[in-house]
Amino acid sequence: MENMTETLKMTARDVSVFYGAKQAIKSVSIDIDMANVTAFIGPSGCGKSTFLRTLNRMNDTISGARVEGRIELDGEDIYASSMDVVQLRARVGMVFQKPNPFPKSIYENVAYGPRIHGLAPAKADLDRMVESALRKAGLWDEVKDRLNESGTALSGGQQQRLCIARAIAVDPEVVLMDEPCSALDPIATAKIEELIHELRGRYAIAIVTHNMQQAARVSQKTAFFHLGTLVEYGDTSEIFTNPREERTKDYITGRYG
Amino acid sequence: MSTLALLFLVLGLGLIAWISARVRASRFVITGPASQRPHSLPAYHAWYVGLWVAVPALLFLAVWASVSPGLVTQAVLATPAAAELPSFGMERAAILGEARALADGSIKAAFNPKATALAPAFAQALGFYGTIGAVVALLLAFAGGAYAFTKVKPDFRARTRVERLVMGALLIASLVAILTTIGIVASLIFESARFFSMVSPIEFLFGTQWSPQTAIRADQVGSSGAFGAVPLFWGTIFVGAIIAMIVAIPLGLMSAIYLTQYAKASTRRWVKPILEILAGVPTVVYGYFAALTVAPALRDIAVAVGISSASSESALAAGLVMGVMIIPFVSSMADDSIAAVPQAMKDGSLAMGATSSETIRKVLLPAALPGVVGGVLLAVSRAIGETMIVVMAAGLAANLTANPFSSVTTVTTQIVQLLTGDQEFDSAKTLAAFALGLVLFVITLLLNIVALRVVKKYREAYE
Repeated sequence: MENMTETLKMTARDVSVFYGAKQAIKSVSIDIDMANVTAFIGPSGCGKSTFLRTLNRMNDTISGARVEGRIELDGEDIYASSMDVVQLRARVGMVFQKPNPFPKSIYENVAYGPRIHGLAPAKADLDRMVESALRKAGLWDEVKDRLNESGTALSGGQQQRLCIARAIAVDPEVVLMDEPCSALDPIATAKIEELIHELRGRYAIAIVTHNMQQAARVSQKTAFFHLGTLVEYGDTSEIFTNPREERTKDYITGRYG
Repeated sequence: MSTLALLFLVLGLGLIAWISARVRASRFVITGPASQRPHSLPAYHAWYVGLWVAVPALLFLAVWASVSPGLVTQAVLATPAAAELPSFGMERAAILGEARALADGSIKAAFNPKATALAPAFAQALGFYGTIGAVVALLLAFAGGAYAFTKVKPDFRARTRVERLVMGALLIASLVAILTTIGIVASLIFESARFFSMVSPIEFLFGTQWSPQTAIRADQVGSSGAFGAVPLFWGTIFVGAIIAMIVAIPLGLMSAIYLTQYAKASTRRWVKPILEILAGVPTVVYGYFAALTVAPALRDIAVAVGISSASSESALAAGLVMGVMIIPFVSSMADDSIAAVPQAMKDGSLAMGATSSETIRKVLLPAALPGVVGGVLLAVSRAIGETMIVVMAAGLAANLTANPFSSVTTVTTQIVQLLTGDQEFDSAKTLAAFALGLVLFVITLLLNIVALRVVKKYREAYE
């Protein structure tokens, strides 16, 4: 247990998010570490996606959004003025609800990050990075013969794995996933979940999900959000078998949500 | 009875029918189960009856107005007084016209005594056919009204009938525009065919000498006229598609990027309307501006830097001003296509750590490109059809030159030149205008088709 602190990647303390005058998140504190997949669950509109987006400052793109509290990445305040948001997002990657590959070739989709961050000085390096990312995302064997075809021509599940490959191509430390399977069929979902298992340990992973079985399957830590507050946070096995809070119990037994 | 009075009478009858049908229909019992309620609201019954009164009568009047003058003239020619008339020609038509005007009271006295003699016959015939027309119209109105009024019953489907009529009216309205277009194209083709029977299409399309002024004396230079339109086509493309686009594409695109990606909502609120005002300035005002301000300034600059050949009317002046005119057009098309790129695409790029400008350059613009290209093609088709600016600022000399400071001429300018003033409509010089118009029409049509295809294909990609 003593090396827990070393693997702690991100810490959020008393984080509140406001959209204009409306408070979407109320004083949430959570840790995200390398060893575990952290799942955020809760009913629609509970703020779990909003919270996820504060972790790589994607809320900056929404006008009127304001974040209070402190979020640290390796002990560094990510909302400090010295933090460059471009570098932050290279370190904290994100995968979205709906697969959103660029209307470019499969190769160019994955090469996008390494190119904009100048990670691949030579074409050979870029080729190697693209292949490695596609392999890690479990997509290489399916697309290696058609890297020049458009990314949007892939199936939904393949598109989502392409987006994961795109996110990990820049070798981030944290990968945030915002309901990555909600637009996918059960088979594609199973593949993504398997992929999350494989990626665990290599990246600190936080995943927002609507599907409680999915949270139980892929995560080791679970945070239950309700109405913008963090109701319960702990080991997934605890939350699902022996929740401390009544609200958590009601939610996971399907009484609401 | 005058036509105007008759018109109002028919409309008045229609109004009375409308009101009475409405009153009658509003007495229907509306309580009870839904299946037994009246089918249509009272207003639909009212419109049904009112339209049955007015429409057949008005249609008849319209037909009658085009048929009756012929009948009147025939009746007059059958009278003994008509024997005095010359048998054909201008004078006969003039006398008949004068007699008619005298008879219906639009002139007081006739210049020609023969017309005065014919006037009573005209007055009689006009009265006779006028009465027939009025009686038939009123009969139609009453018959239509009576037929329709008996139909006003609770289960009568007045709404369906009225709506079908409305649909028919809308169809006719849309056909007017289509038929007019067909008519214009037909006249262009017909007149162009006459032109091409005098000048070979090869010479017209590929010749490089343009001097349409046909001479009066045989020894004058260019007596045969030269109709090689290449300098015109070149001038049109040079001004409208090259210089204007060099101005409009970057400025329009950059303003669209600024407005969609960087501008705050408050900035957008005043910048966009101003851009739209730019699009609403009459082109003749741009023409003034080009001819009186931009062209002399450009010439002074050119002379100052040592280009002594600079003309006071130049391709550059016309092209620059036209480019400015086209900016709002390009900008709003680009604005639409950039805004149509899904937010998810932009988020995907930003989440990779791309900056705004990288996101715009590498994701938004490539995704919006088809829409932007479509917009540019539409802008080009507008620019090459634009007339006032080039008439005022580009010049008349048909130079085949790539020097932007020299004067060039365009297709539209030459059409204006060929058709203004008194013209003989059977000379090659005048008919050339139609051939030029046809070429312009075909080119803009093709550009529009390609542009709309491109835009449509791209719209489908995200829906």
